[in-house]
Amino acid sequence: MSFFETRHLTKHFGGLTAVNDVSFQVEQGEIYGLIGPNGSGKTTVFNLITGYYPISSGTILFEGQPLNGLPTWKICKRGVGRTFQIVKPLRRMTVLENVMTSAFNRTGSLPAARDQALEVLEFCELIKRKDALSSGLSIGDRKRLEIARALATRPQLLLLDETMAGLTPQEQVEGVKLIRKVRDSGITIIIVEHIMHVIMNLCDHILCINYGQEIARGVPLEVANNQAVIEAYLGKE
Amino acid sequence: MKSIRWSTIVVIVALTVFPWVVTSDYYRHILIMALMWVVIGSAWNIISGYTGQVSFGHAIFYGTGAYTAGLLTIKLGISPWWGMLLGGPVALVVGLVIGWICFRLRGPYFALATIAIGEIFRLVATVWRDFTEGMQGIMIIRNIQDKIYYYYIALALAGVCIYSIHLVMRSKWGYYFVAIREDQDAAEAMGISSFRYKSLALMISSFFTGIAGAFYMNYMAFIDPHVVFSLHHISIMAILVAIIGGVGTLWGPAVGAFIMVLLQETFRSSFFGLAPRWVSEGHVLVFGLLVIFVIRYLANGIVGDWPKIQRIWSRSKELPAASAGN
Repeated sequence: MSFFETRHLTKHFGGLTAVNDVSFQVEQGEIYGLIGPNGSGKTTVFNLITGYYPISSGTILFEGQPLNGLPTWKICKRGVGRTFQIVKPLRRMTVLENVMTSAFNRTGSLPAARDQALEVLEFCELIKRKDALSSGLSIGDRKRLEIARALATRPQLLLLDETMAGLTPQEQVEGVKLIRKVRDSGITIIIVEHIMHVIMNLCDHILCINYGQEIARGVPLEVANNQAVIEAYLGKE
Repeated sequence: MKSIRWSTIVVIVALTVFPWVVTSDYYRHILIMALMWVVIGSAWNIISGYTGQVSFGHAIFYGTGAYTAGLLTIKLGISPWWGMLLGGPVALVVGLVIGWICFRLRGPYFALATIAIGEIFRLVATVWRDFTEGMQGIMIIRNIQDKIYYYYIALALAGVCIYSIHLVMRSKWGYYFVAIREDQDAAEAMGISSFRYKSLALMISSFFTGIAGAFYMNYMAFIDPHVVFSLHHISIMAILVAIIGGVGTLWGPAVGAFIMVLLQETFRSSFFGLAPRWVSEGHVLVFGLLVIFVIRYLANGIVGDWPKIQRIWSRSKELPAASAGN
């Protein structure tokens, strides 16, 4: 039994099949990459896993238990955290308050939530910005805040949706370091990313999808040299 | 922070000694109404200001509280003071049911649903004569006449209401309420059941609004559907009180309540009889202009934009001094 897996995951939006029969397995402690050209259905897969959209058919299993049909907040309570590609800071709250709100997922007490939030902010190197309003953060810090907020819910599985998009090369290097640190703390990660050197550096396994269907899977080098993947990204000769 | 604590103490002391200093029933009455509106405005603020679910239907809970107290007295002969204890819980149950129906809707659609349900309540209270006495209204005999008792009850209600909100907003619930306002999808991903916490916010809100309604029944001794279920006198007024004072601030609705009640009374009485009578027709117009002014220049209300007001104040004091120096 895998730590996390999807079986024949399918999603129709009217006549459009956004995700078509996608099955993959993620083992505990690994970083699993989900790649594909724009509009290939990566974020839809995340939205299916976290219950934002109902599944048309197929199953999602987390630690052997199905997640199908659960509301989003219950999936979070089960231990699946996520970040959003288009960042969603709670604008009129400070960075600390944002993360504290998440920390209340595992505690009812204000001092405990505060301590946990400070710990997570330290971990994500966002502590110096803790009293800033989240609406005033740079895009790099907003992406960090997304990760911090997801971590503060104490997930076992973390879904990262393009956390590197829009960052400078230096910020990307730091982002890669942060994601490794998260994995080393014992959290399994599924990452959606466009920036290839990030994916190639980080992932243990990769699944590439296009038009909602699997076109390749394997370790990073295999996928990078796969003819179908090259065609999907660059087109045919 | 220290100055805020001091000004809070000054306000509390001033309100406590007020009825001893001012013995006129007329001015006591105005303050009683202002304190009642502090409760309603603050209650509206929980669900709409902090949790972001804008209600145009708070007359539902106010009227439910008032009718609970009134009907218990005339139908069962119970003291209306029991009604005051029950007005809150009954309104809370109504809030729970309305939330269960309306929280499937988001944003403007939720607001529209609350208008519709508010009108349903008003019409039912008007038409169902056997139960509610219809437009004849409900009249009770007050067993306490002296306004000073009602003054202290209203003051206690306002104090308990604001203090409760203060405690709630410093707890997990408060953080969850604001998170739902700021981004419901993000809140769900943070493990927050938006439905459950919106319902909790609405229950607290309807509870206090219901108590205020039951208090009104006891105090005024007469209600009818057009008074207590009124869209513009109750539901809209609750919104104005919060907007003028500051939506999503602890003291905003309290400040807004005093401003709105004093302004309303000033116009209703044609500047206490000093102006010609036709001025009394103008209070709605002045409310309108005030709301436009606040939304345009003080979008966060008087309390929310207090730093901005202070800045403008100090600048206007500096300018003449500077020109005098030339």
